[in-house]
Amino acid sequence: MVIAVPLSLLAGRVWIDPFDPVTPNAAVILTELRLPRALLALCVGAGLGAAGAAMQGYLRNPLADPGLFGIAPGAALGAVLSFWTGYSAAPWTLPLFSLAGAAAAMALLGLIAGRSGGVALFTLAGMMIASLAGALMSLAISLSPTPFAMSEIVTWLMGALTDRGWHEVWIAAPLTLAGLVLLRLAGRGLDALTLGEAAARSLGMEPRRLQALMIAGVGLTVGAGVAVAGIIGFVGLMVPHFVRPFTNRRPSALIVPSALAGALLLLVADCLCRVLPTVSELRLGIALSLLGAPFFLALLLRMKRGLV
Amino acid sequence: MLVAQALIVEQRLAGISATLRPGEITAICGPNGAGKSTLLACLAGLLAPDSGSISFGGAPLSSLHPRERARVIGFLPQTPEVAWDVTVGTLVALGRLPWQGAPLSRAAAKPEEDTAAINAAIETMDLAALRRRVVQALSGGERARALVARVLAGSPRWLLADEPLANLDLGHQLALLGTLRKLAREQGLGVVLVLHDLAQAMNFADRVLVLAEGRVLADGAPEEALAEQIIAAGWGVKARWLGEPGAKALAAAG
Repeated sequence: MVIAVPLSLLAGRVWIDPFDPVTPNAAVILTELRLPRALLALCVGAGLGAAGAAMQGYLRNPLADPGLFGIAPGAALGAVLSFWTGYSAAPWTLPLFSLAGAAAAMALLGLIAGRSGGVALFTLAGMMIASLAGALMSLAISLSPTPFAMSEIVTWLMGALTDRGWHEVWIAAPLTLAGLVLLRLAGRGLDALTLGEAAARSLGMEPRRLQALMIAGVGLTVGAGVAVAGIIGFVGLMVPHFVRPFTNRRPSALIVPSALAGALLLLVADCLCRVLPTVSELRLGIALSLLGAPFFLALLLRMKRGLV
Repeated sequence: MLVAQALIVEQRLAGISATLRPGEITAICGPNGAGKSTLLACLAGLLAPDSGSISFGGAPLSSLHPRERARVIGFLPQTPEVAWDVTVGTLVALGRLPWQGAPLSRAAAKPEEDTAAINAAIETMDLAALRRRVVQALSGGERARALVARVLAGSPRWLLADEPLANLDLGHQLALLGTLRKLAREQGLGVVLVLHDLAQAMNFADRVLVLAEGRVLADGAPEEALAEQIIAAGWGVKARWLGEPGAKALAAAG
């Protein structure tokens, strides 16, 4: 990360040579474009990585992904509505709509599943919210007032860090940080869950407290990520698998390293998107899905052979 | 020596009243559906009794904070799960969770106590050679030992286990029961086991609680609680005890 951050500042359509300070507008590019973009990549990646690690621990399933809770689709729906209503023109409204969407998904999830604290009902509720938000999103797109709004929505949904500035950093960073703290607090409960729900409760794990920590932690990290960068898939799924072999496999030992690895992955992926010689910049969300889908398949095949 | 307080059960599933004593092996026996596992889950604090109460040390069990309760009562479920490819050492260390506060709380763990308890549990269950092995790769007998060690690592005063002998061969059954008896005698551990094998209950338990349809059918020393007429009443089976005390076997009769 020590190497990747400075490199990310220099790489892009306009390469900046640190030893030749005559590049026009270098200072502006650095402070107004590259630096916030790099920080945003670190934030979003850290949030997605940690949320993925916590989700896999909570569901005791290596295929779990932060998207399962329906919070990312909820946030995306909020963003789509902001395009649809035309409020997205002001720089603050899109992330705020999106955060409201994430909050609504969190509240709904807590309302449906919060009583029992059971994992199965919770997962089903999350999937239901995800598909509901997806359906409403499609509805909003098909009913969009202008073709322009429609194309804007579709492009935004692909997920990217292009043209983001400092105010997105100010939105995402504190929320992601708070979410990371909550997910780290959930670590002990997740460790207990390694032994199954009954044994975990006998070890003093409180299902409802853990569930609340998970909803809030995943909601803040993923909600903030979607609000500033759109849907970026597969980071939460992939990163914990890269990190797990280097830990003692306790879910709590995975959360902080996954945050760091997620931050690094997103930063590097964003730089690659920026420097690849395509006509327009490759969208980050698409690039990661192109990378993630084969990874997911390989994971399934390895599980079938009993290696995971 | 640890002096554990008694677990007192009152009027729970319809009509159960019992005082369980530390330093004893109590076997809960009964036909399928008698309420054995429900009783054990209530004792572990995982279920609230429909009526009545379970008290521990003069206070209702439900008044204890879950973490406080977990420090006193260790529980091994009927079908233990272990997710992820954890090693035996990591699995046993999970038993220390009730003693470890949340990362930011004041009740921080003392690492040297954790290490001592983990090492003692590994020693007791004879797992030193398997410490770095992945739990999923163990044999059934080794796995059972590792799971019991996980409970013991929490330094509980009570060990509750739901059919811990299921899926174990005779040698491993006798070894596990012998170890539990030693812990009860030497360290005053209260051991409560749900057992299906009445011969093992007869030979190893200090006390047997026979349940049938949610009520206590018999409660007392194994010779009385598992007398032939009670087996006939509870299980509907005519059977006869053979052999010497401590090595008895049950034979079908008639």
